[in-house]
Amino acid sequence: MKILRKPGFWLPIMLVLLLGLWPVMTDNAANREVVNSILVSVALASSLNILLGYTGYVSFGHIVFFGFGAYTGFYLMSEQGWPIYAAMIMAGLVPAVLAYLLGSAILRLRGAYFALATIGINEAARAFVKNFDPLGGSVGMQLNFQIYNDYGGAAQALWLTYYLLLGVTIVILIVSYLVRFSKFGLGLMAIRENEDAAEVMGVVAPSAKTRAYVISAFFPGIVGLLFFFKNATILPGDAFRLHLSIETIVMVMLGGAGTVLGPVLGGAGYQRLRGTLLVTPLFRNVQLVVAGVLLLTIILFIPAGVVGWLRYHVRGLRRVLE
Amino acid sequence: MILEIHDVSKNFGGLQALSDVSLSVPEGEILGLIGPNGAGKTTLFNVINGVYPPTNGRVFFQSKEVTAKKPYHLAKMGLARTHQIVQPLEELTVRENVMVGACFGKEDHGLGSARELAEEVLDFVGLGERKDQMAASLNVAQKKRLELARALAARPTLLLLDEVLAGLNPSEISAMIETVAEIREQGITIIMIEHVMHAVMNVSERVVVLDYGRLISEGTPEEVSHDPKVIEAYLGDPKLAEEIASGGQQGGGL
Ligand SMILES: Nc1ncnc2c1ncn2[C@@H]1O[C@H](COP(=O)(O)OP(=O)(O)OP(=O)(O)O)[C@@H](O)[C@H]1O
Ligand SMILES: [Mg+2]
Repeated sequence: MKILRKPGFWLPIMLVLLLGLWPVMTDNAANREVVNSILVSVALASSLNILLGYTGYVSFGHIVFFGFGAYTGFYLMSEQGWPIYAAMIMAGLVPAVLAYLLGSAILRLRGAYFALATIGINEAARAFVKNFDPLGGSVGMQLNFQIYNDYGGAAQALWLTYYLLLGVTIVILIVSYLVRFSKFGLGLMAIRENEDAAEVMGVVAPSAKTRAYVISAFFPGIVGLLFFFKNATILPGDAFRLHLSIETIVMVMLGGAGTVLGPVLGGAGYQRLRGTLLVTPLFRNVQLVVAGVLLLTIILFIPAGVVGWLRYHVRGLRRVLE
Repeated sequence: MILEIHDVSKNFGGLQALSDVSLSVPEGEILGLIGPNGAGKTTLFNVINGVYPPTNGRVFFQSKEVTAKKPYHLAKMGLARTHQIVQPLEELTVRENVMVGACFGKEDHGLGSARELAEEVLDFVGLGERKDQMAASLNVAQKKRLELARALAARPTLLLLDEVLAGLNPSEISAMIETVAEIREQGITIIMIEHVMHAVMNVSERVVVLDYGRLISEGTPEEVSHDPKVIEAYLGDPKLAEEIASGGQQGGGL
């Protein structure tokens, strides 16, 4: 396999693996929680990147898939007694089908109109779940703590979800790389650069965009399920936080949209920053303001993000950073 | 006939950009399409390759009806075009731009063979040295060549060239004319829109003239250049009219 020899393939995976093994080596649950939230960010940013970075469509609704997938899996586990592995698959598939249906309708919109439509979807999803009683309505759902016994007790279950999250994150990075360096990915980037010209050259934009949207929607739901399984509670307000959609965009832009490595650096960097701000009383309530200012700064000064900037300014890094 | 256009009209709101245009192009021909600014030439290309559906009329490509089909359908059937206003994929390299043409055009190449084809085509149009550059960094003349390279990489049977000579200096013009002649020798049917009269007149086997969306004249360069209707259409531009009347012999052009 040729890709196994590409540094651009290994670097993001190695970074995530090293980071992921740190809590295991130190056998420290506090470290694990830190890395867990970084992995959630990296996974969300990398999956959004397939739509935002490769295809050039700004979605403010990425968190809808996180929320819907989490709810789907959570419902299957708590109400139907499914094991977590099967629930994970459904937590990916249901949002992917949703993305297919949504995509057929709204991917016809371009630019700001698409972005606006995705904001609407975010709000609509939250309102729907809040008022849909089978999913617990506004009080959400709780897991019976007994369920953790199936996975060797609560402590073990937490480690299990951590390993699963690490695995899923690495799968996302592999998929991201494969898309980026495939013919399909070339078509997506052509759409990003100039959709009309791409169609004139034969790129079947409607179906390519929909496929990109479906792939980017498959993973957040799995991440969402793992996230809420760990918390044992799911609430509409937690599952559909519009500001998390915005923060995910900031992560992608910060690291470098359209690169495989960018969302890894951006997700990790932003999550660390956020962790610091959240414990600083002065900043706790202005977290979103910081995200906004950061986004503005990136767009104005380093629109290509950290990875794009490095690739542009340090020639030797071009082979390594992709 | 590789292309047949029957009574095509196109309205933009109240503006009639094309009125009942009919035209047939036999395989292997190189056809010049001329007319004053705003005559509807680019609009005709846009209707042929599906950028806009016609308001009325029908289009047949390789004997199949393609009226109102999408541009990507036509691209896959073997139609390629260049844009009057260049449309580079700016943040992709020159090579990647051309690979898009190869991957998604008529021959549906994989990345590996698309890459080889792209390099071959880039050498052919004289951009071989620049394949690793970002398309955004090319100058206008190079971007015109990039348009041509992308179209050729699709391995088309019919090629629509929209003012590939505009904005080029005289030596670039003669280089480009040579390139077009070579493409023609590969058996590709070409329709070229051009304002540089000596070029169209010398290269084309047949010329059609649009004016205010109507096809006002059609024939050999010789016939068209002596058609009073054509001369009248260009009256707003006496220098160009004179050039047409002389068969574009003394060169120059815009
Ligand atoms: N998308 C559009 N919407 C509205 N009007 C248009 C559109 N495209 C073209 N037109 C109008 O249609 C007419 C024909 O334009 P077209 O671009 O086809 O002319 P042209 O013969 O290519 O001219 P030029 O030599 O200047 O390129 C013009 O009046 C133009 O303004
Ligand atoms: Mg034109």
